[in-house]
Amino acid sequence: MTNLEFTPLVFLISAIAGLLGALTGLGGGVVVTPALTLLLGVDIRYAIGASLVSVIATSSGAAAAYVREGYSNIRIGMFLEIATTLGALLGAFLATRTPTGILSLIFGLVLLHAAWSSSRGRPEDVAGKPDPLAERYKLNGSFPGDHGPQRYTVTRVKSGWALMFGAGTLSGLLGIGSGALKVIAMDQVMRIPFKVSTTTSNFMIGVTAAASAGIYLSRGYIEPALAMPVMLGVLVGSLVGARQLVGARVKVLRWIFAAAVGVMAIEMIISGARKL
Amino acid sequence: MSTWNDERLEKIVSGLLIAGVLLSALVVFSGAICFCVRHGGELADYRAFHGTSEKYRSISGIMSTARPSDCRGIVQLGLLLLILTPIARVAFSMAAFALERDRTYVVLTAIVLVILLYSLVVAH
Repeated sequence: MTNLEFTPLVFLISAIAGLLGALTGLGGGVVVTPALTLLLGVDIRYAIGASLVSVIATSSGAAAAYVREGYSNIRIGMFLEIATTLGALLGAFLATRTPTGILSLIFGLVLLHAAWSSSRGRPEDVAGKPDPLAERYKLNGSFPGDHGPQRYTVTRVKSGWALMFGAGTLSGLLGIGSGALKVIAMDQVMRIPFKVSTTTSNFMIGVTAAASAGIYLSRGYIEPALAMPVMLGVLVGSLVGARQLVGARVKVLRWIFAAAVGVMAIEMIISGARKL
Repeated sequence: MSTWNDERLEKIVSGLLIAGVLLSALVVFSGAICFCVRHGGELADYRAFHGTSEKYRSISGIMSTARPSDCRGIVQLGLLLLILTPIARVAFSMAAFALERDRTYVVLTAIVLVILLYSLVVAH
């Protein structure tokens, strides 16, 4: 394929990935890598380099809209970013030492989890026991509710922090935002309200990805000719997707997306196992 | 009266992020047009991993290659701007926490900033 055919094709695939990622809340990065490797035979290291770059673009591009709504908590974000960026450094170092077959296998497993979690709806907000650490680091906050500002307290800060380190490691290892895991750490473990969790997670994704981007760059994973249509495509797709969020039949879409991601997961696992 | 609060900080941060993404997307796009015009007929093959050219792997290399004669260098400059965007956001947050006289968060933010700069500068 010549560049004049390849570049628009990659742009199109990335735009679809970005659109679906925004509509389902999973992020475009998690689908773009399997699409590039499975459909176009791109080496997984080039694919995760390009995907990581697109993750920074969508996170930063969407942050503005979220901040305006007043849900994200900048202190929780910064506090947990220490964990995610350290994890991302570890992940990026591991990525340069891990055989591509193993990378595909892990990617497949992460996709399986994404398929499963996207087929479920949003969980209920449950309050838990307040953690003294949350008080000390001023993590408790409030968000605009139906009847004025609603306060919330944060629980199990240490467990949440540890899980965030894991999310960062996966992000650096696979070039994804690992937003799903970040939301689990905040929403399920730390009992932060779902909306605050998702918007704060989106805010953190860009910083987490930037931590591994430097290492990817120095190892030659970020190939400009491939990263350019991926970054632009995912960005355009996710911006359109974010606008369409209201009114779209998200439930049907979730199921279609979950099925597609599930198929990709199995393909990634098979192709990974073949290389071992 | 405190003019610095988290709300105002978040508003400025969001503007910073948007500006960074738009600027980098613009640079990447112009590099992409340049690339398609000049190298459109060449074969695209990323099946085997060789790693991108050494000159596109460091800040100094990118700064010296990003000119109209090197389309991929222009794209890489745009991507570098993109990587710098969240880092700028963290640096800005640190300054804002300092203005809020929140010493704990100045320290926490400084740690994040050091990790980010380590990846970009030292890890080479």
